[in-house]
Amino acid sequence: MNDSNTAARQPDVRPAPMQRNAKSANRYGELQAARPMIECREVHKYYGDYHALRGIDLDIREGEFFSLLGPSGCGKTTLLRTIAGFEDISSGVVLIDDKDMAAVPANKRPTNMVFQSYAIFPHLTVAENVAFGLRRDPRSKSEKAAAVDEALKMVGLTGYGNRAAHALSGGQRQRVALARALILKPKVLLLDEPLSALDRKMREQMQVELIKLQRQVGITFVLVTHDQEEALVMSDRIAVMFEGQIAQLDEPESLYARPVTRRVADFIGVMNFLPATILSEDGEVIRVDVEGLGEIELAHSQVARNEDPDAGPMIGFRPEAVSIFPAGQSQTAPRQNGGTIDEVVYYGDMTYYDVRLDEEDGTQSKPVRISMRNVYGRDVSCVGDRGVIGWAPSSLILFR
Amino acid sequence: MKGGGLRAYAIAYLIFLYAPILLLPIFAFNSGTIIAFPLKGFTTEWFGQMVANATLRRAFTNSLIIAVSSSIMATCLGIFAARASTRFNFPGKPGIMGLIMLPLVLPEIIVAMSLLVVLLAIGVQLSIFTVILGHTLICLPYAIAILSTAFNSLDKSLEEAAYDLGETKWSAFRLVILPLVMPGIVSALLMSFTISLDEFIIAFFLAGNEPTLPTYIFSQLRFPKAIPVIMSLGTVLVVMSIVLLTIAEYFRRRGVARTGQKDHGGFL
Repeated sequence: MNDSNTAARQPDVRPAPMQRNAKSANRYGELQAARPMIECREVHKYYGDYHALRGIDLDIREGEFFSLLGPSGCGKTTLLRTIAGFEDISSGVVLIDDKDMAAVPANKRPTNMVFQSYAIFPHLTVAENVAFGLRRDPRSKSEKAAAVDEALKMVGLTGYGNRAAHALSGGQRQRVALARALILKPKVLLLDEPLSALDRKMREQMQVELIKLQRQVGITFVLVTHDQEEALVMSDRIAVMFEGQIAQLDEPESLYARPVTRRVADFIGVMNFLPATILSEDGEVIRVDVEGLGEIELAHSQVARNEDPDAGPMIGFRPEAVSIFPAGQSQTAPRQNGGTIDEVVYYGDMTYYDVRLDEEDGTQSKPVRISMRNVYGRDVSCVGDRGVIGWAPSSLILFR
Repeated sequence: MKGGGLRAYAIAYLIFLYAPILLLPIFAFNSGTIIAFPLKGFTTEWFGQMVANATLRRAFTNSLIIAVSSSIMATCLGIFAARASTRFNFPGKPGIMGLIMLPLVLPEIIVAMSLLVVLLAIGVQLSIFTVILGHTLICLPYAIAILSTAFNSLDKSLEEAAYDLGETKWSAFRLVILPLVMPGIVSALLMSFTISLDEFIIAFFLAGNEPTLPTYIFSQLRFPKAIPVIMSLGTVLVVMSIVLLTIAEYFRRRGVARTGQKDHGGFL
């Protein structure tokens, strides 16, 4: 609570996003040095005339928690099923552990899958489900039983072995599916939207458990999800896919703070866009005039691509990159603009303000969304209130 | 009373439906030879006569052989068709499935007649074997309808999961799909068995000189003396049908419960 006290008294200047607090720097270093476990080279997949995968080039590192993120129909599940061996590819190469998978069927691949529906065998007990993949294992019965117990322990289902599988809750089924896949010690665990069927609380709990589990077993996890928050929370790296192509492949922090295209920026979190005019440009800076914000100098590293050339240049910023305080209260932010609060959306811990920024000619910009933590001592403003927004040019992105 | 008219209608409807069937056991145990009230006295003589009748026993054996064979054949073929229609897409699928299901609505007499013409034309001797063929044909749509429901309610990922866990396509089917559709298979078997056992027209056309139970009953209706025996036989058949259909429905419901699905209602 120390932070919030100071924030209450002093207007906060938001740090430029780009911190690594979620995972240790150590882990990043190790993963960057890791060899690739899955390599996709120019992978194309057609369903009849439909071009589902359009030249996927991808390295997934050994021991990495990797996510394929995108809206439905972007090809992420197709790519996962391609890696699993459920779908043949039309052209290209998929290597797992340096071996070409072209002639290897799904039941011979060093991958196992956790299905969206969990695909728990309803006519078997929990233990029988987990032991299913050991049928061809030459080990003795008691060794297998010990392995099952160990797998159940790993997912926190000790003592559930004799339960009927169809009587389990969603979260428990999920765990059985994990145990059933992990008991085979695959080189890669594939997870197809594994949390989408759970309620929000359970989902958040399982996210953390999955991260822990992945670190514990050290197996490469490949997760498919349409939930950008889930991907950000869980992944070491994320590939954002649109229409069968990878739009950006990056670590969560970079993806959030430095999206390479406007579409990625729009898909990950919330991004405000304001029309901008480019005034001048030299080797060091780009000077732009932004509706509602005024003239700004930006570095070339702050430039991203706008896929829609007709839309013209746009300035983008995250709701938390800007702060808003009641008019008259002093602020330390390097740049400040006045505006009127158009809408207030209260979330308990957070409040979203939609603010119309004042223009020089007396008009106002379209509303931009600003998020503020409702810290101790800070009042929630009302619709129609005047406010001052504080920001820094370094947290803006120019899409052009 | 709320809905009084509808309630009376429902009761009248049920009486109309089941009262005639209730007469069967009543007269089967009636000692009088004429089927009319008042009843005379209790007897089990007709059941004794029924068991003693050699032609009837032969008809019963024939009917059993036909019903068992055609229900097994219809169910096996039904498994292939139901699996194909629920898992795979192939050109002309709706048309093919429509044609397979058509005997469900075709007048049976048309089916029987055309089968008779074809069998005679290609020189097949009429026997209980030809009846088995005909019954397989008419039982197949029922078997497919039951089995399609069973296959359809299975998550496609179950099979993929088994395959992914190292099983072959066949062992995945054997270890996962087959146990899960087994209630449907049992249900289809019993349903087909019941249909075949009751079936008259095809048996009448295709059996040649061999009697089956329904054709035997029909032939005996001309002799008033035989009627009480027929009544007792009818009683046995009704009881058998009810028992079999109850078992079939039990298995269907158990299958639904065991796989944790929602009951969408079967044939019963």
